[in-house]
Amino acid sequence: MATENKNVALTELEQFRLDHGLSLQEERPLTTLNLGPTHPATHGIFQNILQMDGEKIMDAVPTIGYIHRAFEKIAERRPFYQITPLTDRMNYCSSPINNMGYHMTVEKLLGITIPKRAQYIRVIMMELARISDHLICNSILGVDSGAFTGFLYVMQEREHIYDIYEEVCGARLTTNMGRIGGMERDLSPKALHLIGEFLKRFPKVWAEFEKMLTRNRIFIDRTTDVGAISAERALNYGFTGPNLRAAGVDYDVRVMNPYSSYEDFEFDIPVGTKGDTYDRFLVRNEEVWQSLRIIEQAYKNLPEGSYHADAPHYYLPPKQEVYRNMEALIYHFKIVMGETDAPVGEVYHSVEGGNGELGFYLISDGGRTPYRLHFRRPCFIYYQAYTEMIKGGQLADAILTLSSLNVIAGELDA
Amino acid sequence: MELTNENVLGKIISKFGEDNIWDALNPDGIMTITTNRESIISLIQYLHDDEELQIRFLTTMCGIHYPEQKDKELCVMYQLHSLRHNYRIRIKVFIPSADPVMPTLTNLYAASNWMERETYDFYGIIFTGHPNLTRILNIEEMEYHPMLKQYPLEDQTREDKIDTYFGR
Repeated sequence: MATENKNVALTELEQFRLDHGLSLQEERPLTTLNLGPTHPATHGIFQNILQMDGEKIMDAVPTIGYIHRAFEKIAERRPFYQITPLTDRMNYCSSPINNMGYHMTVEKLLGITIPKRAQYIRVIMMELARISDHLICNSILGVDSGAFTGFLYVMQEREHIYDIYEEVCGARLTTNMGRIGGMERDLSPKALHLIGEFLKRFPKVWAEFEKMLTRNRIFIDRTTDVGAISAERALNYGFTGPNLRAAGVDYDVRVMNPYSSYEDFEFDIPVGTKGDTYDRFLVRNEEVWQSLRIIEQAYKNLPEGSYHADAPHYYLPPKQEVYRNMEALIYHFKIVMGETDAPVGEVYHSVEGGNGELGFYLISDGGRTPYRLHFRRPCFIYYQAYTEMIKGGQLADAILTLSSLNVIAGELDA
Repeated sequence: MELTNENVLGKIISKFGEDNIWDALNPDGIMTITTNRESIISLIQYLHDDEELQIRFLTTMCGIHYPEQKDKELCVMYQLHSLRHNYRIRIKVFIPSADPVMPTLTNLYAASNWMERETYDFYGIIFTGHPNLTRILNIEEMEYHPMLKQYPLEDQTREDKIDTYFGR
């Protein structure tokens, strides 16, 4: 190294130039640019301190944790059913997936089997959530590359998905949907009607959205080879979900380790080749079509039966029973006060979240709260690669890369 | 070769010996083994390099605190996945809280960089050789590691929120 030959101490800038293979005599100094934490183009609270040579990014130092809410600590002091609202607030673009992933984890610990009908309702809700998640990501990608119309156009469809959530569980964004042991109520005729209407209307909307961007010359030029990552690096960085599939690895939790009856449905896993922003866009677009296919199959073949498991110790009894039946009253009281002990155990369950493998690692010591609950948050793991992906690119490309990765601050920081 | 818990465990034990691998459990279908901190990196490297196993994906890692267990108060859990065989394995290392030092995994898995920083942030486990072991989610000025069990979540001076009212 040149450092040993010199007796004078290097300044920070000179050291930086040396580390990045730049000549020390270079006239132009690097500019430090503070991107975020509340920049409108970062869609969430992320800070990146960039070292810029003109428009070119030479280095980036990300800072995260701005909305860290210590969910893992809070979970250690709450009864199991009170943890579901925490999971809502992780990836808030697709909260039903988080809710049901958590419910399935606890059901695995308790050893409860869920009736087919409840599983199918869960699949419908999870796939609707996936559509609303991908819809936000792809339309925001359009906004960041200068196409605002598509965003407003598909945002209306997200409202319709939220109407379905509202009919199913009463909430729209942070849903707290379902319960440990199934759903809290059956799909109402109105909910079924809304889902049917959505299935009829949405394909046209999405086809139109795709027509606007997929073969759009400007959009292709803006996104091809931007923020590319190879399959090998992506796996090393722990990528999962659409971002990994865009790099060409067909890993999907729904297929590899099916849960909630996903093995009953027929669907394809779209994969990309280069792992760049355009591939990620295409993979998400195609996944929306596959989700629609799954919803159609589940909607058509919705089995008869109960919408919850027969697990009186953990599943709240119907309210009218509580007023008339002594046992129901006791169970109701014990569940609400968190007085039901869970068995000793250790489980890991993962679902295919909007951004990848969303895992829940739960240790129970036989008490009323988890001893340890760890969330495997896909965003947290793959956002590490962001620095590597934007180095050497333009500033505007860094913004596109961030939106195409679909980093959700709530999930990143938990 | 179909990977089963038995033949994977057999391979690992024949390579590392009974002294270094113990407590093979199967709590939820995922084999859980315990090893010591001297062997952990070479074990994960072996699982990565072996042509039959090909366990090359670090799913997650986290810390766990067991204050009652003397001299093994802290635990680091690694969960790995072989995407080729769809086989998962969980590896635990117990270390004393008086000497919370672990070797880093960042040379093998880039994904472990932030996971180790998170574990350091929450439990104060020091990963030697880590390129940038600083807090990640909490502020730099914080003087304790909040996930340790001795730090209660709620304000302990309050008298109206006692545990019995909340079923704890």
